Order: sequence, then C-alpha cells, then structure tokens
Amino acid sequence: MAIRVRMFASLQEKWRIDQIEVEPCGLETVADVWRNVTGEALPPHVLSAVNMDYASPATPVKDEDEVAFFPPVTGG
Amino acid sequence: MRVVLSSRPFDPWQSVQAFQAGSLQRGSYGATAVFVGTMRDFNEGETVDSLYLQHYPGMTERELERILRDARARWAFLDAMIEHRVGGIDPGEPIVVVGVWSAHRKEAFEACRWIMEALKSRAPFWKKESGPGGERWVERNTPG
Repeated sequence: MAIRVRMFASLQEKWRIDQIEVEPCGLETVADVWRNVTGEALPPHVLSAVNMDYASPATPVKDEDEVAFFPPVTGG
Repeated sequence: MRVVLSSRPFDPWQSVQAFQAGSLQRGSYGATAVFVGTMRDFNEGETVDSLYLQHYPGMTERELERILRDARARWAFLDAMIEHRVGGIDPGEPIVVVGVWSAHRKEAFEACRWIMEALKSRAPFWKKESGPGGERWVERNTPG
C-alpha cells in the first residue's frame, strides 16, 4: 500500500528526493501528495504527472499511483 | 512513426536516412522537412562546457509518441520521427532531430515546426549546464 513519489531536476536536488513511497491514507489529490512530502503548498510553477500523464494539483490519486513533480521542461 | 532516445552521440542525417529507407516507400513522398537541434557552447551570455540532459524514463517516450500522434491528427503527413539525446552532451553534438515526410511541403514544414515546439513545451527533459561558474539547471527555453 503506497503511492510512489518521484522528483526530477532542480526539485530532486532541492528536496533530496529521487523516489520515495508514501502511505496513501488521507491523500486525495496531487497537491495533497506534495504537501505530505514537503510540508509546503504546491508552488504554481511546479509541474506534475500521475502515472506518466500530465496532471493538475486537483488530480485525484490512489494507492499504487506514481506521482511525479518536476520544473518546467527544457528539452530540444 | 518512431521515437528514439539515445544515450550516445548520434548522426541525425544517418537517422533520417535510415528511417526513410526502412519506413517510407520510394515515390510516396514529395516533401521531407528536418529540424536538427545542436548543443551550443553559450547560453544567456555564459560559456557552457557541457550539458547533462535528464529525462523521465517511460513518460518521456510516451509524451513524444503523443506529440507525433497529435501532429498527425492536425496534418495529413505520411510519417514522422524524433530522436533525442539523453545524458551527458558536449558542445557541437546534436541533441534532437525531427523528420516529417508528406506528399507536399506545407504539411511537412508545418508539422515539423509544431512537433519541435510541442517537444520544447511538453516533453519531460531537463538541461543542466556546466561552465566556468559551475553547474546550473536551465530554468526556461529560449524563445523559438
């Protein structure tokens, strides 16, 4: 029973989190997961994905989901 | 359509030629548009010695495939490919190639540009530059 949380790029370094698992109990949305992991409100510039699909702060989460947080993308 | 992530240097022209030879029928296409993005040795006035390109394995490939499908829903091109580097990159090395094949030039030109802009804004890649002043994550893309 866990939600896998991943961070990338500058967020990974700032929070020193590559990948962790959190208890899904009480976590209903992407924003809840961020608050659970960081203790802060989800900043507007942070992007998120649930199971590798782009998500929003209000996107629902459930057990066994993979929730990722990352800064604006800079490929190409 | 094909998406390739490469952790080693690649020759974009060879990639385009190989894809064309393997996936497109001779005589079926009248236009091929190709964009190649190459690593500069400067960015925002700073010297850049090397680049590290992080990605999100699984999501990056899926998002690039979605971009190709979205482009094909907008333009009636025949086929398209994206190859993109990940990991450590040196100045002068290609980072990305986008190729689009169509019957006429309009679809190839427009879809190629659109795919590249979609990649810049949607595909999960993050650049970290190393230079004389140390390392820094690139926070935003340069305007197209």
